Amino acid sequence: MDTINGSEALIKSLIAEGVKTIFGYPGGQIIPVFDKLYSYKDKVNHILVRHEQGAVHAAQGFARVSGEPGVVIVTSGPGATNVLTGVADAMIDSTPLVVITGQVPAPLLGSDSFQETDVVGVTLPITKWSYQIRKPEEIAWAVARAFYIAKSGRPGPVVLDFPKDVQIGNVDFEYKKCDYIRSYQPNPIIDYKSISQAASMINGAKKPFLIFGQGIILSHAEQELKDFIEKSGIPCACTLLGLSALASDFKQFKGMVGMHGNLGPNKKTNECDVLIAVGMRFDDRVTSDVNTYAKQAKIIHIDIDPSEIGKNIPVEIGILGNAKDVLNLLIEKVDSSDHSNWSEEFDALNAIENEKVTLPETKPESGYLNMGEIVDKVSQATANSAIIVTDVGQNQMMAARYSKFTITRSLITSGGLGTMGFGLPAAIGAKIASPEREVCFFTGDGGIQMTLQELGTIMQENTAVKIIVLNNNWLGMVRQWQELFFNERYSETRMVNPDFVKLAEAYGIKAETVGKREEIDDAIKRMIDHKGAYLLNVNVVENGMVFPMIPGGKCVSKMMLSTKEWY
Amino acid sequence: MEENTLYTVTVYSENQVGLLNQVSIIFTRRNLNIWSLSVSSSAIEGIHKFTIACRTSKAMIEKVVKQIEKRIDVIKAFYYTDDDIIYQEIALYKVPTDKLLECGEFEELVRKHNAKILEMNSTFTVIQKSGHCQETTALFNDLNRYGVLQFVRSGRVAITKSKVEHVTNFIEEQEIRRIHNARENEKSIVE
Repeated sequence: MDTINGSEALIKSLIAEGVKTIFGYPGGQIIPVFDKLYSYKDKVNHILVRHEQGAVHAAQGFARVSGEPGVVIVTSGPGATNVLTGVADAMIDSTPLVVITGQVPAPLLGSDSFQETDVVGVTLPITKWSYQIRKPEEIAWAVARAFYIAKSGRPGPVVLDFPKDVQIGNVDFEYKKCDYIRSYQPNPIIDYKSISQAASMINGAKKPFLIFGQGIILSHAEQELKDFIEKSGIPCACTLLGLSALASDFKQFKGMVGMHGNLGPNKKTNECDVLIAVGMRFDDRVTSDVNTYAKQAKIIHIDIDPSEIGKNIPVEIGILGNAKDVLNLLIEKVDSSDHSNWSEEFDALNAIENEKVTLPETKPESGYLNMGEIVDKVSQATANSAIIVTDVGQNQMMAARYSKFTITRSLITSGGLGTMGFGLPAAIGAKIASPEREVCFFTGDGGIQMTLQELGTIMQENTAVKIIVLNNNWLGMVRQWQELFFNERYSETRMVNPDFVKLAEAYGIKAETVGKREEIDDAIKRMIDHKGAYLLNVNVVENGMVFPMIPGGKCVSKMMLSTKEWY
Repeated sequence: MEENTLYTVTVYSENQVGLLNQVSIIFTRRNLNIWSLSVSSSAIEGIHKFTIACRTSKAMIEKVVKQIEKRIDVIKAFYYTDDDIIYQEIALYKVPTDKLLECGEFEELVRKHNAKILEMNSTFTVIQKSGHCQETTALFNDLNRYGVLQFVRSGRVAITKSKVEHVTNFIEEQEIRRIHNARENEKSIVE
């Protein structure tokens, strides 16, 4: 057993958990940890961001691509409060994070000392677990517990608050991983009776429909889902965060549900007789009006989190468990069936959407460039194999709708919290997690400016992310709502923007602007062929809108196809 | 109208700093008023027990209890209606002694309400009464004719009509899990 100080104990604990990458920013109350980090440079790669919010979003991007917890180290006070947005985002999107915040020395706690914030107090509602380490002897225990909690069950963020006196106190270091907490049951025991009931309900269904969410990706159940769908013959669709778990061209995959999802799966939600929901949480962007949502259907909800069952939508059968295990059991019990007639009804609706919305958006013959057109071209230019990162707003919905996926864990987006500014740092984290893959980041002129400073991180780390600014000089999604629902009163949505190319160039990032249809293919090719980071500023149509759309609080069975047409 | 019942929530937790905050914010998020609250140790060593009374609907209390249980350091949470539990509250009343002696019905009051005198001096008398809310309120109303100087009522404490603490099954299951994990670890070390 070695006697070392608390800071070194922290670093050694992180190494024991297999951490090789840390996103962080030093400051007064965390200097001892950064001092020890200096001695472990060969084992741990620290990415110096430009703002703590950048660190946490980068860690989220890293975690979502790698499946391993993203690790963040920041200082106390403002360092800690700057990570809150990302912590809240990780909580609602079930992203495993371990965030270590410096804290003033314990004797000063509660005295309003310099850079003191009650970190445990402010993070309690937005973390899976939040804990202040009070003695050097607790460090190994707390870190082991943090990683176990962040990764297991429904993943989520953990915050460890680390007072400075604990960082410099000595401890006899010994590390033991955690795999059990008395008060915590991450993998609920599966109730076999509910599996049998669900199977017979599915076997008796005439019009079954399955919606999956990120639970498939988090539990590595992509293959099980595919096997289940193939055997049962059931058509399926996914939520925003479920995208890429199944290949876009998989025959029984009918697209995305929700506000800007596809016509087929949204309308069929209110026609199916059995709705199987796997690893999704009936978010209001999926259900819209819960009082008219799938009322005709018997609902089977499979989720690992007991508090999700019946939270938003009452269900006939709730099955607690990891999606992978539950699907494995269900595959055994469901009959091989053919629902191709029913399945084709989805295709017929999607064909209407294709003709009325998708083709005009992605293959226009004249006029300004469209956002969807750019997404479609980038997807093709990368053989549908890139990791797509988005910001939030129209760029996000366009990227989700028009990117095609062939590999799982390929859409990194802020779903539940809808955090503008998420994208740029998340793209950095995604690229660091998977340097061999192309990372294409779609953003708007608004979103990129919320965390623009992270261009500095790209410069320092040589992170080869491809940034596509879908620039319409508007806060496009809000503008869209103002046009549709607020009498075209464009309150505070017009943006006067800087020259993004010059900005990128100031950071040594190659960049260009395009605005003409005949230039776009070559520009995308130049961007993809370029070895390093690249910023492509695309001037797109100013009043572009994302359709189809279920206006907030309306019924999922009726979608707007344009400002005038409903279906 | 939304159904409105008084539910008693019992929460079993580890004894960690900040647990009360973790539990109470779940009520805050849903804009629910906690009617009464008491915290103490349970029959199982090291496990704390919260008793929270809250007026709301069944659908809401179910969601709240699941979200409480989701907190890592919470072992288990349950909700009950008054029929499922035996519950009690305690109240203390401070009344001016001269008024009590003058009234002529002091003994009758104490007997009728099955109350207890804790302290009596020339200026004030402290009376204790345990019971349900209506009972402690009834004594308050009787005493207040002579001017109650101070009054305090505790949070409700409750035990279920079942044989053991409801949390016991869960703890047994978890113990099996712990032993299983430890065996798996030993196996992997040997391999």
